[in-house]
Amino acid sequence: MDLLNALVAFLNFVVIPAASYGAQLAVGALGVTLIFGILRFSNFAWGDTMAFGTMVVILFTWLFQSLGISIAPLPTALLALPFAILVTSALLLGTDRVVYRFYRKQKAKPIILVIVSAGVMFVMNGLVRIIIGTEEQNFADGGRFLISAADFKAWTGLAEGLAIKGTTAVTLVTALLTMAALFWFLQKTRTGKSMRAFSDNEDLALLSGINPDRVVQVTWVIAAALAVIAGTLYGLDKSFRPFIYFSLLLPIFASAVVGGLGSPMGAVAGGFVVAFSEVVVTYAWKKVLTYVLPASLAPDSLMQLLSTDYKFAVSFSILIIVLLFMPNGLFNKGK
Amino acid sequence: MNTRAITLFAGVGMLYVLTGVLLSWNVSLNILILGLLSAIMALGVNMQWGYAGLFSTGIVGSIALGGLAVVFVSGQPVPEAFAAGGWQAIGGLAVAVAGIAAAVAAWAYMAPGRSRNLAVAAILIGFFFLYRGIFDPAVERIEAFDPATHGNIGGFGLNSIWAWPVGGLFAAIAAWAIGKIALGLREDYLAIATLGIAEIVITAIKSEDWMSRGVKNFVSLPRPWPVPYEVEMQADPGFLAFCTNWGLNPTTTSTLAVKGIYIVMFAIVLGLLIWLLERALNSPWGRMMRAIRDNEVSAAAMGKDVKRQHLIIFILGAAVVGMSGAMYVSMLGQLVPGEYTPLRFTFLIWIMVIVGGSGNNWGSVLGGLLVGWLWLIVDNAGPLVMGAITAGMADGPLKVHLVDAAPQLRLLTLGVALLLVLRFSPRGLLPEK
Repeated sequence: MDLLNALVAFLNFVVIPAASYGAQLAVGALGVTLIFGILRFSNFAWGDTMAFGTMVVILFTWLFQSLGISIAPLPTALLALPFAILVTSALLLGTDRVVYRFYRKQKAKPIILVIVSAGVMFVMNGLVRIIIGTEEQNFADGGRFLISAADFKAWTGLAEGLAIKGTTAVTLVTALLTMAALFWFLQKTRTGKSMRAFSDNEDLALLSGINPDRVVQVTWVIAAALAVIAGTLYGLDKSFRPFIYFSLLLPIFASAVVGGLGSPMGAVAGGFVVAFSEVVVTYAWKKVLTYVLPASLAPDSLMQLLSTDYKFAVSFSILIIVLLFMPNGLFNKGK
Repeated sequence: MNTRAITLFAGVGMLYVLTGVLLSWNVSLNILILGLLSAIMALGVNMQWGYAGLFSTGIVGSIALGGLAVVFVSGQPVPEAFAAGGWQAIGGLAVAVAGIAAAVAAWAYMAPGRSRNLAVAAILIGFFFLYRGIFDPAVERIEAFDPATHGNIGGFGLNSIWAWPVGGLFAAIAAWAIGKIALGLREDYLAIATLGIAEIVITAIKSEDWMSRGVKNFVSLPRPWPVPYEVEMQADPGFLAFCTNWGLNPTTTSTLAVKGIYIVMFAIVLGLLIWLLERALNSPWGRMMRAIRDNEVSAAAMGKDVKRQHLIIFILGAAVVGMSGAMYVSMLGQLVPGEYTPLRFTFLIWIMVIVGGSGNNWGSVLGGLLVGWLWLIVDNAGPLVMGAITAGMADGPLKVHLVDAAPQLRLLTLGVALLLVLRFSPRGLLPEK
C-alpha cells in the first residue's frame, strides 16, 4: 500500500507536471531548432514571439467568449489557435521581409542575426505590452480536472491523490498532435523534404532547384504555428505574463541544444530531458521517501536537491554539460 | 574627436539642457548620473564586442554582481549573525568550490574512460552532499537572527567607494568561469550560456537571503566618499551662510549639489577609463585584438593565442561593467534585486553600444548618454506627453489604456531604432576609425 502511495505521489508531483512542461518545451524547442536549421541563427526573439502569439489567442478567446461561442469542456483558446497562427504568421513573414531578408541576402554572420533578433525582441515585447498590458491574464476556461484528487482517492482508497488537470491533458494531446503533424510534414511532403535538404546542405539544395525563398517562408509559418501552440499551452497551464516568456528562452534553448541544434527529433527529446531534470531536482522528495523507507529512516528535511528558485540553474547545467562534452547534441553524432 | 562627434555630443548635451529648462534640473541631473553610468557599462560591453566580437547576453549578471559587492563591502556588520554561522557558510561554499576544482582536476588528469566518468560523477555528488550538509544549517542560523531587519551575515561596513573595484573583481571572476566554459564554442552558444549564468546570478541575489536579504531589498547602504547627505549639508552653518549669501534655497541647492558631486565622480571614472582604453586600442595589444576580431584564423596563424586573448578581454569588459554596477548601487544606497531585468540591463546596454558605434569608445559614451536619456525621459515626460495627446479624447477605457501604455512605447521605439541603425548605418552614429 505504501509503495502504491509512493508511486501515486511520484506520478502526481513529478511525472505528470514534468510531462506537460516537457511537452510545452518540446514544441517551443522545435521552433528554435527549425529556425536554426533553415535560417542558421539562434532566435532571441523566440520568447516574445510566443508571447505575441499567446496574446492573440487571448484576444480571440475574449472575442469568442463575448460572442458566446465555446467548445466546452475544451478551453476556448484551442478554437482561437488557428486564427492566432494566421496573425502570427503574418507578423513573422512581415518581419522576415522587412528585417531578416536583408541580412540573408548579404550572407551576414550568424551573430549579426542574433543581434538583429534582439532588436525584433524589443519590438515584439513592446507590442505585447502596449496591446495587452503587463498584468497577468488567466484565459483557461473549460473543464478544470479530468480526474480530481478527491475522486481518485475515493476510487482507489489510497491516501495519495492523483489529479490530472484539464490543461495537462490538453497540453499532452495538442503537443503530440503538433509533433506528429510536423514530423509527417518533414518526412513525407515535398516541401518538408526540401526543407530538410536545405538544412543539411544549402548549396546542394539550391543546386537541385529548391526555391530558398519558399523554404524560408514555409519555415516562418511553421515557426509561427509552433510559437503560438507552445505559448498557449504554457499560458493555459500556468498563466500569461509577458515577461515570463522571455525567461522561457533559457530552458527552450537548452532543450534545443541538448538534442543538437537543427535536429527536430533532438528538440523533442531535449524538451523532456530538461523538464524532467528540472522537476526531479527541484521536487521535495520527503513525501515519496517517507512512504518507501522504513519509519526509522524517514527523512525529516524536505529532501530537495535544489530550491525551485534555481530551476534555471538546472537547464543551464544541462546546457553546459552538453556544450562541453557533446557539442553536437545527443542525437547528432554523425555530424 | 571630429566635427561629427562634437556636433552629436553637443546635440545630446542640448537634450539634457532642454530637460533641465523645460522639466526640472533635478530630473535632468538624475538622468545624467544614470546616463554616465550607462556610458561606463557601454564601454565595458564595447570592449567585449567592439574589440573582440564577443556577444554576451549576461551583462545584467555582471551589473548585479557589482551591486552585490556593495552589500559585502559596505553593508552594516551583523556580528551576531556572522557568529551564528558566517564561517560555516563560507566554509560550505569553499567546499563547493573545492568539489568543482577536484572534479575538473580528475577530468584533466585521469585517462579517458568509464572510470574517469564515474570518478568525476562521484566527486561531484559527494561534494554536493557535503556542501549542503555544512552550508544549510549555517544559513538557517544566520537567517533566524532578527529576520525583520537582518537575517544576513552583513558586510564590512566600509566606505562604499571601496566596493567599486571589488564589484569589478566579482564580475571578473564570474566572467573567468563562464569564459573558460563557453569561449571557443560557436558564437551563439556564448550568447545562450551567458544568458543562463546571468539568470542564475540574479536568482541567487533574489533568493539567498543570508547574503543579500533577497527580495526584502538591502537598504541603507552608505554613500561613497566624499558624497555628503543632504540633511547634513542643510544642518551645516557654513553651507547655510553660503546659501543666504547667494540667495539660494538650501533644500534645492543641497540636492543639486549632491547630484553634482556624483556627476563629477562618475565623469572622472569615465574619463580615466576612456583614456586607458584609447591608449590600449592604439597600442600593439589593441592592434592585435582588432586583428583577431577581423580574422581569427590569420591572427592564429601569426602565433596569437586567440582563445586566451578572448578570455582576457571578456574578463576585462565584465570587470568594467561590474564596477559600474557597484557604482550604481552605492549611489542608490540600496540593492533592489527585482530591478535587474535582462531587458533593462543587458539589451538596453547593447542598443547603446550599437547605436553609438561598435568599436568606438566615444560612440559608446554617446550611445549611453543618448539612449539612457531616451529611456529615462519616458518615465518623467511620457505620461505628460501622452496626457496632452489624449487630452481631447473622451474619458474611457481606451484613454486609460493609452496613458498606461505610454512607458511601453519606449521598448518599441528602441527596438525600431536598433533595427534601423543595424540596417542603414551598421557602424553606428560614431563609426570606428
